[in-house]
Amino acid sequence: MISQGNQAMTTPAAVVSAESFLRLEQVSKVYPTKKGPFTVLTDITLDIQAGEFICVIGHSGCGKTTLLNMVSGFVRPTTGEVRLKGQPIKEPGPDRMVVFQNYALLPWLTAAENVYLAVDAVWPKKSRPQKMAIVREHLAMVGLAEAANRYPAQLSGGMKQRVAIARALAIRPEILILDEPFGALDAITKEELQEELLSIWQKHRCTVLMITHDIDEALFLADRLVMMTNGPAAKIGEIMTIPFPRPRDRERILEDPTYYQLRNDALDFLYRRYHLDEEAE
Amino acid sequence: MAVASVRRNGNANPLLKFLRQQGADFYLPIIGVIGFLVVWQILSSIKILSLPGPIQVFADERSRYLIFHPFYYNSPLDQGLARQTLISLTRVAQGYGLAAIVGITLGILVGTSKALNKSLDPIFQFLRMVAPLAWVPISLAALRQNEPAAIFVIFITSIWPILINTAVGVREIPQDYKNVSRVLRLSKKTFFLKILLPSALPYIFTGLRIAIGLAWLAIIAAEIVMSGVAGIGFFIWDAYQQNYVTEIIVAVVYIGAIGLILDRLVGFLQSKIAPANR
Repeated sequence: MISQGNQAMTTPAAVVSAESFLRLEQVSKVYPTKKGPFTVLTDITLDIQAGEFICVIGHSGCGKTTLLNMVSGFVRPTTGEVRLKGQPIKEPGPDRMVVFQNYALLPWLTAAENVYLAVDAVWPKKSRPQKMAIVREHLAMVGLAEAANRYPAQLSGGMKQRVAIARALAIRPEILILDEPFGALDAITKEELQEELLSIWQKHRCTVLMITHDIDEALFLADRLVMMTNGPAAKIGEIMTIPFPRPRDRERILEDPTYYQLRNDALDFLYRRYHLDEEAE
Repeated sequence: MAVASVRRNGNANPLLKFLRQQGADFYLPIIGVIGFLVVWQILSSIKILSLPGPIQVFADERSRYLIFHPFYYNSPLDQGLARQTLISLTRVAQGYGLAAIVGITLGILVGTSKALNKSLDPIFQFLRMVAPLAWVPISLAALRQNEPAAIFVIFITSIWPILINTAVGVREIPQDYKNVSRVLRLSKKTFFLKILLPSALPYIFTGLRIAIGLAWLAIIAAEIVMSGVAGIGFFIWDAYQQNYVTEIIVAVVYIGAIGLILDRLVGFLQSKIAPANR
């Protein structure tokens, strides 16, 4: 079912009954260029269960973002199909909310207004006080109750990312898609936000698909780590199952010898077997 | 060190301190203006310029009357310069207002639709190159009356920067914002009000600011050609016909001052409504 890999693979693929929650089936993406067709992704088959936390890792240019864009619906696969609960994904929609790489907050709206825009779009029939309550609840959840009336320019990078996450969660998506959400943040803010994301996910239990460049981040957050081979024509190289029990505690994980074994496997995959030759780029 | 700083602070009279801080901003423009007037006076005194110098403008009975009586009224074509200016400004307000409404609307349509843009852009690029004065005869021939013709000349001169900048502003909406709109499936109305308009607003104001200058230039040109309508442009033409050069100079000062005020006014609105970086 899943392109099986190495020793760390223990995914119970048999659990997939009739159809998994989210299924990418034989998906490829080819872009026509002047020099002929350019294959970004090929032969991607992946099953994701409801409530799973999936991280995708790979070198730049391996089509991670294209992969996520096919789930969010911004990009249609050239061949194959992406299905959510059996229905093919044809266009973007709020059930698959995206936390964009550079936050994508509207600079002329305050933090609260940015979240309200999403809440109002998804539940137009709710009353204004109801919608405002949802906005306040989610801003408070990411620790930004105080900053509700500030404009994005008055917020730090970490705070902007919190607003973007609050906006995404406020509309109760079935899948939360995050494209390198913490890439631009400093190490401390990054760890804080990882922990917040995890505790929020623990409560909401939506399915999460997240791109990352950071192996430690993926090991801390994900149930499974999808490792991509290098582009062009990237594939899923391996899928690593991360067995740490939840709720996860960073210190406990760091003491676990399994952590280092998994970390070495991932490093080995990324830097030895699929080392990206920068000269060749 | 300590002694020096104490002494400096001790001498600091608040007014002097203010003047010292504002010094360059405050004195240099005044020095520039005085220098300009002096050079002008010298050039006209030694007859290199056959124009009267500033002292003559001030001394001449007719222009002196104009300076000190901006609101006198004898007849529609014989009234104070402030009144004449106001009449011209009313025309500008009508033509410019119309240009803003039509220009922003068309600009949004052209910016949103690629097909519309491709089909209309050549016409826009062509028409915007036609000078205001060239529109006067066409406008008179088409509308047959001075007043609407003058307003049309302002309209057709000032619409292009508004239209073109609005269209660019709409086309330049960042992809991120469009993606937000797509994933949230925003209604057309919400997209227009919450994303398109605020995103294009800085561009629209750039167009409006260029256009106000052009509109003011155009009205003077239009009035000079359309005889018999009150307004500061016709006033100049009339004074020229009767060889009252000092009067012309006073009117030109009015024109420059009003143009500057109009530009700053739109600039002020821009800073209030569409601040450069928020």
